[in-house]
Amino acid sequence: MGIILEVDQVYKHFGGVKANENVSLNVEEGSIVGLIGPNGSGKTTLFNSIVGTHPIDQGSIYFEGKEISSLPIPAVAKLGLLRTFQQTRIYEKLNCIQNMLVSSKPENDTVFNIFAKVPHNLTEKSENLLKFVGLYQKRNLRAGDLSFGQQKLLELAMALINEPKMLLLDEPTAGINPTLINGIIDRLIKVNKEFGITLLVIEHNMRVIMSLAQKIFCLAHGQLLAEGSPEQIKNDHRVIDAYLGVQ
Amino acid sequence: MDFLIFKAPILMVQASMDGILLGVLFALVAYGMALQWGVMNIINIAQGELVIMGGYIAYFMYTAGIPPAFGVIVSPIIMYFIGWSLYKTIINRVVERDMFISILATFGISILTQQLMNFVFGADVVVAQSNFGTTMLFDYSVTLPNAKIFSALVSIVFAVALVLYMKKSKLGRAIRATSQNQRAAKILGVDTEKVYAATFGINAALCGVAGSLIAITFTLHPYIGLPYTVRSFMIVIIAGLGNLPAVALSGIGLGVFEEFADYILGTEFRIAAVFLLLVVILVYRRFKLSRKREYLK
Amino acid sequence: MSKKNIIIYSLILVFGLSAPFLFPAYKLQISILWVLTILALTWDIQGGQMGYNSFGNILFFGVGMYVCSSVQIGMFFPLSEWTASGGEKTFLHTTSQYFQGFTYGLIFAGIVPAIVAALIGYGILGLRGHYFAICTLGIGIAAGEIAGGIELIGAGQGMTVPPWPKGIGGTELRSQFFYYLCFLTVCVTFFVIRLIYQTRFGLVINAIRDNEDKAEAMGIHTMRYKIIGWVVSAFFLGIAGGLMGNMIGYIEPTEIAFAGSTYGVFMVLMAILGGKGTLWGPVIGAAVFHVFKEGFWTFFLGWQYVALGALIIVIVIFFPEGILGWFREKYPENFGEVVDEVDRTAQVELT
Repeated sequence: MGIILEVDQVYKHFGGVKANENVSLNVEEGSIVGLIGPNGSGKTTLFNSIVGTHPIDQGSIYFEGKEISSLPIPAVAKLGLLRTFQQTRIYEKLNCIQNMLVSSKPENDTVFNIFAKVPHNLTEKSENLLKFVGLYQKRNLRAGDLSFGQQKLLELAMALINEPKMLLLDEPTAGINPTLINGIIDRLIKVNKEFGITLLVIEHNMRVIMSLAQKIFCLAHGQLLAEGSPEQIKNDHRVIDAYLGVQ
Repeated sequence: MDFLIFKAPILMVQASMDGILLGVLFALVAYGMALQWGVMNIINIAQGELVIMGGYIAYFMYTAGIPPAFGVIVSPIIMYFIGWSLYKTIINRVVERDMFISILATFGISILTQQLMNFVFGADVVVAQSNFGTTMLFDYSVTLPNAKIFSALVSIVFAVALVLYMKKSKLGRAIRATSQNQRAAKILGVDTEKVYAATFGINAALCGVAGSLIAITFTLHPYIGLPYTVRSFMIVIIAGLGNLPAVALSGIGLGVFEEFADYILGTEFRIAAVFLLLVVILVYRRFKLSRKREYLK
Repeated sequence: MSKKNIIIYSLILVFGLSAPFLFPAYKLQISILWVLTILALTWDIQGGQMGYNSFGNILFFGVGMYVCSSVQIGMFFPLSEWTASGGEKTFLHTTSQYFQGFTYGLIFAGIVPAIVAALIGYGILGLRGHYFAICTLGIGIAAGEIAGGIELIGAGQGMTVPPWPKGIGGTELRSQFFYYLCFLTVCVTFFVIRLIYQTRFGLVINAIRDNEDKAEAMGIHTMRYKIIGWVVSAFFLGIAGGLMGNMIGYIEPTEIAFAGSTYGVFMVLMAILGGKGTLWGPVIGAAVFHVFKEGFWTFFLGWQYVALGALIIVIVIFFPEGILGWFREKYPENFGEVVDEVDRTAQVELT
């Protein structure tokens, strides 16, 4: 299988802060890849650079062989590269179904599509996906009334209805009830296997990332520290030092 | 028109001088707006009305036979209490809410005070004569009323005094702390309610100073407040919050721009030029930021 | 359409059609009510549904007004001579000229502001929050000041619009004609807006209101939706402006056409009063506001703006959700939000 996402020597500085320095990583199509690192090591910055929230200083990012580092956010999303946020972002005054309907992929935002009726089969599809993440009973609630964990699940479902090729998940289990974590791991594996969506996951929960990912990259101080299988990472003393703060 | 500028370099000097002296006044009002914007996170559309109100206090003294220049002392004191009571009655209910609510509420205050001033002082254009005389420069070709020079000096004195007060006094430090992080300040025992009231009062007092200076150098009219609001808003977005030298510079820049617009386009387009400049600056900044994929918000 | 809706719509239709006969003395007032309703409805596309609080929509109203009468006059007579000579004293429209000019005038009154909205939209709608609010405020006032400096359209003195043609019935017919035209326009506006709220457009502008960054991150080109929303507003506002100018018979830049401190504020206030972000809110707000205004304006003689300012303050402080918004919070089931308690408290399970 080919490389779906290639990050090539990316630099991003904020003033004097070197958030990303010479970061390179490859994600294989159809795989689940983890991205770990201590707080402030530049994981979310890398996500932002990939999806186009801010321009990068140097380097290039290829998605399916196409250079995307200068594309605007909606254009990147249209290519099938979506992200979820650490702090959930949902449309809080719309109900869950409406949240899903808005997120479904329009073929193109032409004037005709903008004023087209929302197709009926989409509602059914939304309900099925809400069932998939366990929110079916909450479908008529306003999204703003959901708990933080439920909003994370909704955000995942919203990303799925868009049928992306690849998903960047920013801490999918943070703030979620521990009893649900196994369920989420199971769902994410299903998303990967059954829907064929490549996943790049930022996660602090080592149990989750070790049971989920086939390959893990570790960032520290904005630089790539280590990469390898979960086993290799677990036994890599540099990673352990970075987390425990030994220099 | 007719490229007056190139034919008459004297007019250029005159316009620049007028613009600089005027700009210092704008900067003073803008500094007040930056202060309350930074501390309370509200935009006060009634800022201009506070200026005009301060001006009418000086004018009132003038009609009562007192030299209106003393307005720069009396007016801020009265305006401080007006600002303080405005805060206690209305502003305290909109602060910490959606910014649009504060914009609309202060817009309401603005409409209301306009007509109230119209009742009290009449709809005529008035001016308070200061009898300060004029200074002539360059063989009597450039005239500078002493009142304008006086007003620029007074503005500078007040601005410097305020900066020192912010640095040294206890309340000043509390205000600065609140502007940096309102919640942290509250947790650390700053009475934010008191800080807000004081901030709004100080802002109104600054408007009072500026207003009384406008009364002796320019003209007053109940309905010319809004341009002052827009000017200070413009200065603040160019200079940023709480950067006094930048505020002063952009104020002067705006003053010079206006005087030139006045000479080149004609007085009837002066206000239009101010408002269009606002639009141009905002849109320019929007495109500049969007290249960095950021938004002006 | 549900039964309840049919009853409401037919009641309004009956009222609208029979009002000139039931309340002949208030014909002009009710015509103005319909114009105000258009203003509130179109403002709500931005302010309520999209979360872009505009103070400058009055621009399109004024442009429509000037374009309409300029076309009406310019089609048959030299415009500059008309404004210089005081208009109808020197030139006279025949009956057919009048209606021909008025028709084309209204068409252009819709199209030109729509084009203006499309042209400035890309720059202005990229601003967010209060920057957008202040910027649009600036545009509205600048437009009035500029119009007041252009000789061709009468500068600060303003211009007259072609008078009602002689010989086809007097002022009675004239007021009837404008009444039904206003009513027709408000009906069309309402149903077009109602229709587009039910499409993807409606969903997306709500999404923009709630979280524009998210919408962009999901691949929606939000700018297109924002511009199209503004173009729709501008189109109907322009037509409303054209109607209003003809109804009053006289156009003046800052008090009538680009009247930021009256109609410009009214449209915001009406939408908020009725409940912004709802379809019926602006309609209800317009009705309540207009009745209040007409009822008390004479009572407050000379103090109107003090009353208006106080009203604005009271509304935004105490009723920011408006009449319908209040009902919606109180009785959500009447607004299609059926949520039973079992669902609300249900635990999420993933097995």
